[in-house]
Amino acid sequence: MLKVSYYPGCSLHGTAKEYDQSVRSVSRALGIDLEEVEDWSCCGASSAHSTNFKLSIALPARDLITAEKKAQDVMVPCAACFNRFKTAEHHLCHDPALKAEIEEIVGGRYQGSVAIRNPIDIIVSDIGLEALSAKVVKKLAGLKPVSYYGCLLLRPPEVCHFDDAENPVLLDRILTTLGAEARPWSFKTDCCGGSLTISKTAIVTKMVDKLMKMAREAGANCLVTACPICTANLDMRASAGAGLPVFYFTELAALAMGQEGTEGWFKLHQTDPRPLLKELKLL
Amino acid sequence: MKSFLQEVNEKINGVPVQRCYHCRKCTAGCPMTQAMEHNPNRVIKMIQMGRREAVLNSATIWLCVSCETCITRCPNEVDIARMMDVLRQMAIETGVGAKEKNILKFHEAFLANIRRGGRINEPSLMVEYKLKSGDLFSDMAMGLDMFMKGKLSLISPRTKDMESVRRIFEKTRQS
Repeated sequence: MLKVSYYPGCSLHGTAKEYDQSVRSVSRALGIDLEEVEDWSCCGASSAHSTNFKLSIALPARDLITAEKKAQDVMVPCAACFNRFKTAEHHLCHDPALKAEIEEIVGGRYQGSVAIRNPIDIIVSDIGLEALSAKVVKKLAGLKPVSYYGCLLLRPPEVCHFDDAENPVLLDRILTTLGAEARPWSFKTDCCGGSLTISKTAIVTKMVDKLMKMAREAGANCLVTACPICTANLDMRASAGAGLPVFYFTELAALAMGQEGTEGWFKLHQTDPRPLLKELKLL
Repeated sequence: MKSFLQEVNEKINGVPVQRCYHCRKCTAGCPMTQAMEHNPNRVIKMIQMGRREAVLNSATIWLCVSCETCITRCPNEVDIARMMDVLRQMAIETGVGAKEKNILKFHEAFLANIRRGGRINEPSLMVEYKLKSGDLFSDMAMGLDMFMKGKLSLISPRTKDMESVRRIFEKTRQS
């Protein structure tokens, strides 16, 4: 059993509840024991760093200091929270004056002692693809996803320290292990405009449509992400008829592992993925 | 008096922007140039030329989505994404305000929501943003659809120790 702290973040308690539930379900099956960070607060996301630098470090610092009370890695499934945590860690470890000031603001000492991890990393590095493969009971044959990593898991690389910033492959490997035919494409790390999805919808729709068009050209029948903001944005903002189904990678892992409850998650999607999955006899 | 360039560099607190040799890799990879009136490289040039008002009063600095592609690819490690954060903060602090008003209003609604509950409650964030922006009717059908599907949680768990959250907001408040 691998014990890790778990920081769901706000989205996973709301519009991304299927990500939360599928992460928990897949973790349980893979022997990852999740212990929620006690009384966590929001990381501040784009809105904090866009308008107030110190706030953008202090908010995640509060959660990191709490997480440090348990000597275990912290899993952060939301790419945006992951990025804010890694950014706070980066600044706190490289700027002693700022660290002192933030500690005073938050009222606690930051040691830098726990590793901030996303679930792709934990599954590939700690559990291993062989162990994942051993749990697959229903190969996702016929499913042709493109992996969409987006921005916040990867950039900047000296902060995120995850996969290859220009050509990441770990999500593709997970999908291949699940029996899906991950399609190569050139838009794995292109931004979908998620942070402006509410305030500048027209611009964002253009960005999402382009990604959908390129996914289709790559021969994909769906997109797979590890980010609630990308997922909400891709799933909701495509022009009528342009969208493909969008999955969290953990939903597909649960499906391939024959877990219960997957259909309840798929029902929540804006672009209903069930017709595709039924056509492929996966549901 | 400090030049605009000096001020920006101090706030970035990293590689000075004049290390840019204008290769424009930032601009070639920027997903938002299509919507910006000045591309990222041009913003650097404008800072070097001291065009404070034009920069702080541009839509560009608000349209930057912080995808961090520019800093990832910059051969001189100029942190343009951080520079955009700094410029936004300077626009707020100096009273220039935001050329893209709704983007700032969204950020304000978002932070107010955290300040109130420690965590974001998405439906109340949307209501607050709509009241602030006056953009009342967009996404109504989608919101209703999400509600019917059970995707929106009107009540979501909050942080219990709100004192510590409020303290963070108090102590990081910008004059």
